Amino acid sequence: MTRGGGDGRGEDGTLERLRTGIKGFDEIAMGGLPVGRPTLVTGTTGSGKTLLAIEFLARGILRFDQPGVFVTTEETTDEIRRNALSLGFDIARWEADGRWVFVDASANPREQVLTAGSYDFGALLARIDHAVGQCGARRVSFDSFSSIFTRFQDTGLIRHELVRIAAALKSLGVTLVLTSERLHEYDGLTRYTVEEVVLDNVIILRNVLRDERRRRTVEIVKFRGMPHRTGEWLFTIDPRDGFVVIPLGVMRPFRHASRTRVSTGNTGLDAMLGGGLFKDAVVLLNGPTGAGKTLTALRFACADAGSDESCLFCTFDESHGQLTRNAAGWGIDLEAMEAENRISVVADYPEAVGPEEHFLRLRHAIADMGPARVVIDTISSLERVISARALLDFVIALTSLCREREITTLITTSSGALMTPGAELSGAVELGAVSDVSIMLRYLESGGDIQRAIAVLQVRGSAHDHAIRRVGIDDTGLHIGEPLSEAGKLIPGGAVLAGHPPAAPEGTSED
Amino acid sequence: MINYVFHLYIGENTARAQAAVSNLRFLCESRLADRYDIEVIDAVERPDLAESARVLATPTVVRVEPEPQLRVIGDLSDHERAAEVLGLPGDLVSGRRP
Repeated sequence: MTRGGGDGRGEDGTLERLRTGIKGFDEIAMGGLPVGRPTLVTGTTGSGKTLLAIEFLARGILRFDQPGVFVTTEETTDEIRRNALSLGFDIARWEADGRWVFVDASANPREQVLTAGSYDFGALLARIDHAVGQCGARRVSFDSFSSIFTRFQDTGLIRHELVRIAAALKSLGVTLVLTSERLHEYDGLTRYTVEEVVLDNVIILRNVLRDERRRRTVEIVKFRGMPHRTGEWLFTIDPRDGFVVIPLGVMRPFRHASRTRVSTGNTGLDAMLGGGLFKDAVVLLNGPTGAGKTLTALRFACADAGSDESCLFCTFDESHGQLTRNAAGWGIDLEAMEAENRISVVADYPEAVGPEEHFLRLRHAIADMGPARVVIDTISSLERVISARALLDFVIALTSLCREREITTLITTSSGALMTPGAELSGAVELGAVSDVSIMLRYLESGGDIQRAIAVLQVRGSAHDHAIRRVGIDDTGLHIGEPLSEAGKLIPGGAVLAGHPPAAPEGTSED
Repeated sequence: MINYVFHLYIGENTARAQAAVSNLRFLCESRLADRYDIEVIDAVERPDLAESARVLATPTVVRVEPEPQLRVIGDLSDHERAAEVLGLPGDLVSGRRP
């Protein structure tokens, strides 16, 4: 029963990884599943185990031309084919091509299994081995590993067999996903704790109701001898993309940095930034209500006028109608731009869905539209519905997506905790670290008047203007004026006059 | 006339497989005389047959004839239980211990 002979170790003795091709999963697994080894995927009913098992094979066939064997013990092969088809996986076609082979170990309802004496699961192993040889499988999904044993009563024998089967499966030389049923989300590991002992690699899928919201997570509990990301990661089951792990918080190293400059849509601001924005920049624009964020965002969205470039404008603050009316007040005809496919406005209630769903919607919109620019106005609205950590994760996921595609991204924040200099939330620092450019709009008290001021706090990879400049807004737009000569008093945070000293933008600049 | 047909699926040629073969032969000899036929199938050599019969465990005895099909897993070391679940004729009650 040996095949391949590989124990998954490369020439240097390190364990190799098999990229699953499941969206987001390989990032949290830091490369994929251990090659040539079984990985146990455990979860309660409805946690997505079967789907993961199907996708593991489907992605292997679609992306890496790796045939697979699916061992089903609970659902019939017809049920699996039907479920997979709803996600666009045509298993019947792959079977005809010899790239997908079923081992049907589902119970025959008309047939009662009676026992008389001792037995083992040699026939099942022989069948799996045969199927692997038949299609040259690189991947095997076994769904569900635990249920096959619950059909047989003798637990002592089952435990012994689990050990034997796990060892036999290892000798197949294929990468396996074994699923197993758990009774409780956070209580013990699996029904048969022996599975945990026997298998070196364990992943838990969870499906919990928290804050009245269903939350699916995936956690890699152990990957023997291999690094992996710890903690629970959100995932969704998307009708278009299937199983999607949202590696919120996983930042990829920037392989490429654009040297192309693009305009912010405001010549004064371009000058302050040392000649516009790098094309792949993520800009954080922070300011209190009424300071000119949406105006700046709209100008940013229109900056490519006369070209074919388009902008995805996502507002969580206003309805589509309100935004159109505001834009018209500044001489911007949003409806005309929409008609020319120059801009696409997404107006979503922050409360409508969870952060992972918002992220997926944006991702689909970006994939469909291929915009040159993305605006989120304002990200702070999401704070009402999600935690600071989840918000940061959302921003990181979105910005890494945009960077990858060289999309110039503008994210506005109102003067919430996240951007206030010296804020106690650790998220404040981190959100600044995610962005390439930080711009601050503030109200200013000067000689008894309230005026506006702008400062560029940070521009990665470029020199910039360190001055705090006066800003005027009229019906033609936002105009950047002279540096503040005398020390006016910046009003920190919101529009409320506060007694403590102003923020020192120069001090936080890092270029 | 043969009216009992059994397929016996065995894993490898292990002691357990040997036990299953001799236990089944013994049961058939003592209760069916020459009215039976046994086909021994090595699941490792013929996984395709194991697949089409959807056999998981070894040893597995399938009573192919007479209808209805019956299936028993195990090495049949418990003769009385084996005879009972395979529906073999014989005075099973008297054989059972009180």
